[in-house]
Amino acid sequence: MKTQSQSRFAIGVLKGIAVCVVLILAFLLGYIFITGLPNVSWGFLTKPAKAFQAGGGVGIQLFNSFYLLILAMLISTPIALGAAIYLNEYAKDNWFTSTIRTMIEILSSLPSVVVGLFGFLLFVVQFNYGFSILSGALTLTIFNLPLLTRSMEDSLASVSDDQRQGGLGLGLSKFETITHIVVPAALPGIISGMILSSGRIFGEAAALIYTAGQSAPALNFGDWNPFNIDSPLSPLRPAETLAVHIWKINSEGIMPDLTQVSSGASAVLVLAILIFNLSARYFGRKIFEKMTSAK
Amino acid sequence: MRKQTLINICIGILLVFGVGYAYTTRNSSETTGESITAVGSTALQPLVEAASEEYIASHPGMFINVQGGGSGTGLSQIESGAVQMGNSDLFAEEKSGINSQKLVDHRVAVVGVAPIVNKDTGVGSLTTNQLIKVFTGKITNWQQLGGKNIPVTLINRSQGSGTRVTFEEYGLKGKESAVAQEQDSSGTVRQIVSTTPGAISYVAFGYLNKSVASVKLNGVAPTAANVKNNRWKIWSYEHIYTNGQPKGLTKSFLSFLNSRHIQKELFQKLGYISVNDMQYQRSWDGKISKEVGE
Amino acid sequence: MSNLENKKLASQLLKKSKTARYERFGRLISLAALLLIMLVVVSIIVFVASKGISTFTNDHISLKDFFLGTIWNPGTNTPSGHPAVGALPMIIGSFLVTLLAALVATPFAIGTAVYMTEISPKRGAKFLQPVIELLVGIPSVVYGFIGLSVVVPFVRNVFGGSGFGILSGTFVLFVMILPTIVSMTVDALKSVPKYYRQASLALGATTWQTIWKVVLRSATPGILTAIVFGMARAFGEALAVQMVIGNAALMPQSLVSPASTLTSVLTSGMGNTVMGSLQNDALWSLALVLLFMSLFFNLLVHFIGRKGAFKK
Repeated sequence: MKTQSQSRFAIGVLKGIAVCVVLILAFLLGYIFITGLPNVSWGFLTKPAKAFQAGGGVGIQLFNSFYLLILAMLISTPIALGAAIYLNEYAKDNWFTSTIRTMIEILSSLPSVVVGLFGFLLFVVQFNYGFSILSGALTLTIFNLPLLTRSMEDSLASVSDDQRQGGLGLGLSKFETITHIVVPAALPGIISGMILSSGRIFGEAAALIYTAGQSAPALNFGDWNPFNIDSPLSPLRPAETLAVHIWKINSEGIMPDLTQVSSGASAVLVLAILIFNLSARYFGRKIFEKMTSAK
Repeated sequence: MRKQTLINICIGILLVFGVGYAYTTRNSSETTGESITAVGSTALQPLVEAASEEYIASHPGMFINVQGGGSGTGLSQIESGAVQMGNSDLFAEEKSGINSQKLVDHRVAVVGVAPIVNKDTGVGSLTTNQLIKVFTGKITNWQQLGGKNIPVTLINRSQGSGTRVTFEEYGLKGKESAVAQEQDSSGTVRQIVSTTPGAISYVAFGYLNKSVASVKLNGVAPTAANVKNNRWKIWSYEHIYTNGQPKGLTKSFLSFLNSRHIQKELFQKLGYISVNDMQYQRSWDGKISKEVGE
Repeated sequence: MSNLENKKLASQLLKKSKTARYERFGRLISLAALLLIMLVVVSIIVFVASKGISTFTNDHISLKDFFLGTIWNPGTNTPSGHPAVGALPMIIGSFLVTLLAALVATPFAIGTAVYMTEISPKRGAKFLQPVIELLVGIPSVVYGFIGLSVVVPFVRNVFGGSGFGILSGTFVLFVMILPTIVSMTVDALKSVPKYYRQASLALGATTWQTIWKVVLRSATPGILTAIVFGMARAFGEALAVQMVIGNAALMPQSLVSPASTLTSVLTSGMGNTVMGSLQNDALWSLALVLLFMSLFFNLLVHFIGRKGAFKK
């Protein structure tokens, strides 16, 4: 039958495409890891960076990357979730709503430099936070909101209306239905949206160069009081992240082992994202099972 | 009341107590010291960073943050008072749009700029005339200069880069180079030149390394000695501007930069030249005068 | 009952119940979240617009010089005497590189997404999904340097020229936006209800016919959104493109001659200019153009989507 052989042919082509993509991805990852992992050691992961001598590490930058990520996600997730809930459940389907959606999409296409400069002029200069984690986290939030809102909206929309009607039928108010039924059902989509945006935040450099800064002062890991400037938790200290560090040493670095540090840092970055993604997926699945009693 | 509410209240009380405890036991500002920020030229950035690393090591509790951003950013940030030190490759008077009235100039170093070529080009020395012809696009193949048959790939720094202004002013005698590829950082430029056959560009001395070949100009090699006696003419001062006279940590850091140890050892390691070793001075409008003994 | 008890009962019955108050509270905070986002978007747009327009109002550059001029060197004049603020080379460069990258990436992305959801869902979920998510996180800088060390020599050896140009930019961007488009397409395909596929198969259609005529058609709005987001990312990408496209503010003569995009010129030039000067304002005008162009792309894709999708 002609259609059957057409179908087999098409499926074969699709398989080929998928294999191509996997090969490209494998090559990229392979290149990063093969050139980078030999330079990664426990010392590399914990030592502070050196400006012009060999032997610097990325310990502080790694911590800063994670801290900024957690802070930015903490701030942006509730806002994005709230906006997505309103857009999806409450807003009427008129031109005003579609204008709002278009504006959010426009925000997502701004180059990260523009967002970074805006953050610089607003948080660093105007609000006088200086080059700090706070400025960086707030800028990252702005940068992250469109993608997060859009994917949360999509996952809320994919929950079938039967669930909502069931909740209303049981006597719950609309908001109660949303929080107790719709959101848990949309959780896998929400989590995958959060992972996608976390990945993008972790690797973001341009928005942070002008806000969280390019310097990583030595931290006193024994001091966890957030009000001290040398404590790791202090939000007012400048914090160079891993991605910014890679950019910086490749642009202005003069240390003799700069290619090794750069490729090692890239490998660490990619590895960290992999671990983060896998564990986030695992926990997401666990939470989903608990909330919807799937097991 | 319900168990959940009770738990929430307990957590709330714990949080309030925790924050209050942290606040009252925080380090007082006498023991933590100050934090200052330097912003600006990327040519000066490595030096200031290295020096601050050494300074912080011997003065715990002080923080000196060094950012890049370019000479333009440095000057506008120090003018508005947003930072404590503005790094610049140019005199404030040279940059339009800057009100240099309140700015105090501290010339901390001299940096030389050298043209670099890809190692396979086959050309190691040029005259100024030839250099100008290459950069204005009149010579397009290295064969015309006695090198290999490879087309010239010109790479510039971005408009407004201090290094570029210095190179065009003193190396190309004020001629503007042709519109060509531009990169905004010395490190990227060096990497491109080292991997692209036929590439030519220019970087500060501190970025010269074995991956690229530097070019002699009119028989003069780009070395620190030749800058000191002005035989190598492509050099400029590195300025740190402060808004008014420097105080506190800024002041002690600036005098640390001037100390013998830094000026002799650190500068040599990083490829910078001490202002004190210069035999000639240059003013902001380009006039050269012999240095009156130091 | 006494009058007093009546009154108390009446007021209790007339007050909003706890659930209703909770409902109003919930609705209010989600509205507040939305308004906060809107505030941020509007303020950024106003900021970019005000700085971008000041090139024309404060510095008196004519629109013609900006949009049709081909020489970019703000602060100087072209040989014919006009201020050299021609943004045309960058506009064309951005356009070309985004369109080409999207054109190359879309079939690959849709193919992969279809494979992941329709043909091998198990292998797709376990294997391809984490890998795709991982790739979104590779920083632009790393892509840029791999582009510099792998793509540029490749283009130089196979296509000639110096290796820097729009073609290299396309290759690098293609790999960068691929994961984004794949991920969102997968989400779009997954949200097509199962019974669509089941109905189609029950009618005797082959797998491919089901995919092509039913699933893809009904997921078209979602797929178009994915492409828009991919193009938006390609558009706004600065660091990676900057390293492989050459950044020469010239009209692109071929796919392998150095060119520039709006973002690459913006990033490399911003640090060397002073706030308030013509050079700085001109850069903000480029940012404004970026904004307008992304709006245009947006509207275009939504228009297409409305025409081609199933009416639900």
